[in-house]
Parts: sequence; structure tokens; C-alpha cells
Amino acid sequence: MRVPMTEYLVIDLDTERWTCRVCDGDMGDAHDSYKKGTLAYDRDPREIHQPIIDPTRYEYTFSPDPTYCRIVEYYCPGCGTQIETEYLPPGHPPTIDLLIDVDALRRQWQERGVDPEQAHIYGPGEDAQKYTALHKATGHIR
Amino acid sequence: MTAIDETRALTAQEQEWVDKFMDETTLFLGPDPEIMRDHAISARSDHEEIVLAAGVDRLQVERIRKRIAGALDEGYEMCEAQGAAPGAKWGDLTTAIYTAAGDVAYLSCHGVIAFSAILHHPIRYIMKYWKDEPTVGIHEGDGFIHNDARFGNIHNTDQSMIMPIIRDGQVIAWVAATIHEGENGACEPGGMPSGSETPFDDGLRMSPFKIVERGHLRRDLLTFLQHSVRDPKLQLADLKVKITAVRKIMERIDKVIDEVGVDTFVGALRTTVEDVDVEVRRRISELPDGTYRMDQFMDSTLKENILIKFACKITVKGDHMTIDLRGTGPEILNRAINSPLCSVKSMFMQAILAFWWPDLPRCTSAMSCIEIISDEGTWADASYDAPMGQSLQASFRGFSAMQAMYSRMSFSTPHKYSNVVANWFNQINTFLWGGITQHGDMVGNLCADLNGMPGGAKPFKDGEDAVSPLFCAMADTAEQEVMEEEVPFMQLVSKRLVRDNMGFGKFTGGMGYEMIVAAEGTPQWGFMTVTSGAKFSSIYGMYGGYGCGAYPLAMVKGTNVYEHIRRDNSKFDLSIEKVMNERPFEDGKYLTAHMGLQFDIAKDGELYMISQGAGGGYGDPLERDPVAVVRDAELGRISQKVAEDIFAVVYDPATFRLDVEGTTAARQAARQARLQRGKPFEEFCAEFVTPEPPAELLYYGSWGDVEEITATEFTIDGPKRVTAPLKQLPIIMVPDRREVKIAALEARIAELETKYGEDVQRLT
Repeated sequence: MRVPMTEYLVIDLDTERWTCRVCDGDMGDAHDSYKKGTLAYDRDPREIHQPIIDPTRYEYTFSPDPTYCRIVEYYCPGCGTQIETEYLPPGHPPTIDLLIDVDALRRQWQERGVDPEQAHIYGPGEDAQKYTALHKATGHIR
Repeated sequence: MTAIDETRALTAQEQEWVDKFMDETTLFLGPDPEIMRDHAISARSDHEEIVLAAGVDRLQVERIRKRIAGALDEGYEMCEAQGAAPGAKWGDLTTAIYTAAGDVAYLSCHGVIAFSAILHHPIRYIMKYWKDEPTVGIHEGDGFIHNDARFGNIHNTDQSMIMPIIRDGQVIAWVAATIHEGENGACEPGGMPSGSETPFDDGLRMSPFKIVERGHLRRDLLTFLQHSVRDPKLQLADLKVKITAVRKIMERIDKVIDEVGVDTFVGALRTTVEDVDVEVRRRISELPDGTYRMDQFMDSTLKENILIKFACKITVKGDHMTIDLRGTGPEILNRAINSPLCSVKSMFMQAILAFWWPDLPRCTSAMSCIEIISDEGTWADASYDAPMGQSLQASFRGFSAMQAMYSRMSFSTPHKYSNVVANWFNQINTFLWGGITQHGDMVGNLCADLNGMPGGAKPFKDGEDAVSPLFCAMADTAEQEVMEEEVPFMQLVSKRLVRDNMGFGKFTGGMGYEMIVAAEGTPQWGFMTVTSGAKFSSIYGMYGGYGCGAYPLAMVKGTNVYEHIRRDNSKFDLSIEKVMNERPFEDGKYLTAHMGLQFDIAKDGELYMISQGAGGGYGDPLERDPVAVVRDAELGRISQKVAEDIFAVVYDPATFRLDVEGTTAARQAARQARLQRGKPFEEFCAEFVTPEPPAELLYYGSWGDVEEITATEFTIDGPKRVTAPLKQLPIIMVPDRREVKIAALEARIAELETKYGEDVQRLT
């Protein structure tokens, strides 16, 4: 049984491993942080949020200041999908943002008695259903 | 000398004497920690116990709820239509009904939901301290006013009118209207001073007090209030509006009570409160057990750039949820960014009732069972002595934490009450203003553009541009032309989107627009801005998407652009990018700064330019539909460089025809590049993580997930980094930035004098 936990990660309750939803690659022990199974990269924020006004003339340019802010990008080591980004001060330890009680998760889904991947939705309402169905039909949403 | 045996416990009689003495000689009734630290619903009153024991008719309860909802909406619309404050006109207000103990039982459908978590504080204060106080008391027709967040408020710009419903001499419920009035006599106009350095700079400090006595507005107190603010007409007008709206609601409710009886009415209110409490516990139990964490970093005191952490960890176990704010940076005792915990909690509630469970009745009980752990003395749980002029800086981070983490907590759940969504923009990027109008009136308030916050992306749809503020789904950005009839400045650029200003992702966050203003024809006018995020992005992306960029304040001083435009109207083609890069006004001085501008006198025709932010992006940008990328490029929403660098989409810039094969190849190459440059997490941490913040960074908060807080103390020998548990930190104050600059300049002069051998004699 695989439970979608984020856009790009499932917890496989049989193996108790984090697994990439894009390539099915293994991402580590589901009892631990998924980040341990990623590739990480320290991105200069000016490469993403590029200056709108001339950085040679002005201190404040629409770009974050790299001495204050770094963007840590987390990639799946199997397919290179960017599964998370994190905005951190330079040198700040990455946040352990998600630690799941796997046994409790298993019990929860056993009680529900449905396939978590089949049951997964992004939200209620006609709007969510319509757009989700539309994108699923073209393969744009898994 | 008398020896006192401090180990001996007091007898019951002695304790009674001490209590009586303390009661009779209390010098000052400040905010009551017992009331202010507690966000849970009250225990059932004896009356409620009896009524509920007798059983309630569920159908009748539902009918009463509907009638109350109708009455509250009518009151809301009265405030919106008649209110004088710009905030009232755009819907930054609410009306609500409360149980006798002060629990919100129902809030108007429109308006600011955060008030669901806040107004029980002043009502409990009134009930505890003024009900039996001979000089105050609570009578039919009375009305209490309050604004000070230390007694329970979102922030001090909001003023409430709270009136009791009394039957047979007993308070059985309360009705209140609250409006964002803006001006409150603070050290700067508009009610949200970024420059306040003490609590006394924050303006009116109204603890709950009676201003309407048995149906009559107290003229003496009204005059005192009018005398204390810049806009006395506004103070009077909106007091009357709130009183009228509350009375209209009470008329409707009186009819309900007459029809169903007091017991049924009281039972209906309490049933709603308890129903929501039960349902919230059930919904928490649907979430996966685990620990979820989000750290946010704010880059400004609104006077200088620093970096201060808002730490938030949520633990879910069964039907219990705990929110832990420990690790958050300390309060800064001479800066405006601090927030009382109750205001942060109110923004938790805003997220819960607007973005977690929007279908629930808006009750105090929507957060009642959630445990919140926080140590007093942080900027998100500030002490009584801390200035709080721009407390939204902390409280809005509380909103963002709740919004982002719920999408994570609820992602797997098969039944959802709201859509998964990336962060909304969380800064009130707008101009506050004040001075003398073209009509000769002294005023102070703000532009409604704060309501143009862009929305976060969803997993199936881009976020909406400039859609609504995070605190009020229905708020309007107002008609600028109408405002220009009342104030002496124009928005020369009002709603122009800034290119590339979106949270990039598979689905992109909504975009924000820029605003360019200039005053003219006024003896005195000035502008302010009160936000952060010029060096560190203020919101982040979701699941591989990026957050917003950073937002400067840009100014052109020392020139009158109106004169330039009158001479040559081709110069009336403005954008921040164009003005700052091309510098079309040759006599102007072009400046950028962070977004904490203290009240700045604007000479005729000087330009002030800011931009709204962007919503967070969702998913890997390399998964974005290439056609959507080209469409954005064709519309000028993004540049070709962003299309190529961020989305790896190749197209012909002349025809905007997508190069399908080129894009496929570019995306494959981009993924390969990630695999090449990315490092295994442990290896990455070994290189990236440092034991403490960079030496030159003024950092406040825990460095990682540790108990100790890092801060910079400014001592007689200069700045000194300290790391200690919160309670052991010294008082944190930041030196005047002008003194810092002067000291740096003096040091430089001394250095140059030494370098060039200049012998300077200075008188001392």
C-alpha cells in the first residue's frame, strides 16, 4: 500500500520506504526524513528571482540578497525531479519538515479500507475535480 | 528589625486578608495573563448546563443559526456601506455574536475571520473586572470600546464596539462590530507605525472601557479619543456606524429571543460552540500522526535589515494537535515588529477557518482544542513592554506557517475540506499616508492595495494575481479615483503587473502589481511603508516550486515629475523598471531601500514606488506545461530569460512559437544538470551547515532545531553575539541606525586621516 504524502513522494507501507512518485526510485527510510534520500544544491537566489532593476546601481533589486538568503533545492537522485525547495540563511541547518509515524499511518489506512493512491484528491469542489481530471487526462498530473 | 518566617504557609484566614487587601489596593488592572494566555472555550455556565441537560432541538438550533447569520451579515453590510475608514469601505471588519462568557458563536460570513480567535479576551476582561465594579457595571444599552492588542486584538488599528444582550438582569450574550479604523494617534499616521520604538509610540492604548452608557455615547470620552488621533471626524463617524450596526443586529436577535425564549437561544449558541469543538477534534484525527516543521525568516526590523526566525513545529497524535513556537527569535524592545501571542493565534485561526476548514462555523472553538506552546519574550509572543506597531510582521508569519503546513498534513487524506495550496503572499505592500488634504483636513490612513495580495498556486491551477489579502477573502482593492478626490496624491501607476514576479513552479503563484504615487498641492504630506522581504523572500514555494522574490522601495526624490510630464507627456510611461533603469527625470535622485519607510515627507511630484509580492509556486518548474510558459512570455508576464533559465522552455521570441523538441532537450539537460550538481544530503550538509550564523549577519532565533537562541546584543564595546536559552538572554535593543552610520563614517574619516597623515585638532 502506497500513501501519497507530497506531490512527489509516497510512503510505501510494505517496505516502509519513501519512494519517488515520478520514477519509483527509493528515497530512504520512511521513519526518517525524506531529505536524507535526496540530492541537495545550494542555489544563489539571484539566479531564480532575477533582478528587475539594475544590480550595479542599487542594493535592493527584486532579488533576495545571497548573504541573507539561499535556496536549497532538493532533487530525486533517480530522475532529477525537484521535489522541494527551502529558503534558508546561509549555513542554517535544513529543516526536518516531515517525520511520519508509519505504524499509525498504516493503522489509519487499514481502518479506511481503501487504496490511498486511488482515494487521493487535491481538494473538494467542482473546480478541483474538473481541473484535476483535465490534467490527469493529458498525463500532466499523476 | 523583624524576622519573618517565609517558610510558614498562610492560614486560610490570613490568605483571605491578603487577597482582600490586594483586591482593594490594586493600583492598575493591566492585561490579565489568565485571560490572555488562554484560547480555549470556557466551561459551560450553570445556565448552559441546565439548558443543554434539558436537550436542544437541532432543527431549532439550525434555524437560530441562520437567523443570526443573516443579522450579522446585515450589520456587516451596514458597516461596509456607511463606515468612514478606508478599511471599512473595503470590508476589513467583522460583526459577531458571543456567548455570555465571550466565546465567539458566529461571525459574519464576510470580513476578517481572525477575529474569531481574539474578542473573547476583552469580553472576559469586562466580565471579570467591570461587571461587578461599582463604578462601571454592565447595563442594557451599554457599549464597550477597545483596541489594544495587549487586551486581545489583531492589532491596534482595529476598534471594537461590544454590547451586551441582557435578560432579567443577566448577560446572556454579546454582539460586537470591529473595524480596521487605521488612524489611532500613533507616532506615524495610519495606525501601523513601522517606526514605533516604545509601546507609547503605538498610539491609542484602549483597554476595554465603557463609552456608551445606557444608550448614550459619552461625549467626554469621545472628545478624549478624538483629541488623541489625527482624524477626529473618522473617530466619531465610525463609532456611530458601529453602534448603529450592533443595535440593528441586536434588534434582529431580540426578535429571535422573543420567539424562541432565552433558554433555547442560549442553548443554540453553546451548541454551536461545542459542535465545532467536537468536529475539530475529529478532523485532526484524520491527519497522519507525525511532526511537521516550518521555519520562516524575516529580514527587517522595519528600520534596519536583520534576520529573525519564526519557528513553528506541529505535532499530530490522534485527535490532539500541538503547535510549538519555541526557537522563535527574541522580542526586540525598541522595534515595531513584535506581536502579542493572541494576535499570532488570531492568524492561526485565520488559516484554520479560511484555508483548513472553511465550512465550519466561525467559532472560538475552531482552535480551542489545539495546544499552543510558546515562551513569552519572543517577537511572536511579546511582553507587555514591547512596541507592537507593526505586529502583523509576526502574526502573518503565523498564518503562513499554518497554511503551508496544513497542505502538508492533509495531503494524503482522502476527504478534504479545502484545496491543497501553496502560500499566499503575506506582506501588506501598500502605502500608508498622512498629512493635510486638498480640503484642509488632517488625515492619516492607507491605500487599499494591501488587499491585492496574490494567491498561492494549487496542484491543478495557477494562483490568482492580486486576488485578496490572506486575512479577508472578500476585501476590495477600492477605486483609486474615488480616493484621489479625498487625498492629495495620485497613483500614477496603479495596477501594472511586474514581469517575472511570480512564484515559479509547475503551477505558478499569482502575480502582484506595482504602485507608483506622487503627491501634489498640499502644504504637508508624507508616505510610509511597513513591510519586510527586501532581502529574504517572505513566502516560500511548495513541493519544488519557488517562493516570491524580494521587494524594494524605490524613490525618485528632488524632482517634480508632474512638471516633467506637463512639459513632455511622453514621460508619462512609468514602471519601476523603466524609471529606475532609464532614469528619465534628469534632476532626480534615484534611491532604493528596504520596505520599512518611516513617515517620509513627500515634496510635490516626488515618486514613491513599490510592488505587491507573489504567491508561492507549486511543483517542479520543469513540469510546467510549455504552452503555458510561452503564453506567459507572450503576455509579458515573464521574460525569455526566465522561460529558459527556470522553465527550460525554448521558443521563437518573434513568433512565440514553441520549440517542442528544443524544450524536451533543454528539460532533459536541466534534469541531468541537477543530478550532476546535487550532492547527497549528508555530504551537502557537511559543506553547507555552519555551527553559527555568518559573523556579519544580525541573526535572532535558534540556529537549527536547538533550544538555545542566538542574538546580537549591542554593548558598550559594540555588537556581541550571544547564545542562550530565551529566558537568559539580555534585553535586545537595536541602536539607532543613524548613529551606526555616523560611527561608521567617523571611523572611515579617522582611517583616512591616519592614512594621509592629516593632523586634525578637534575641540572636545
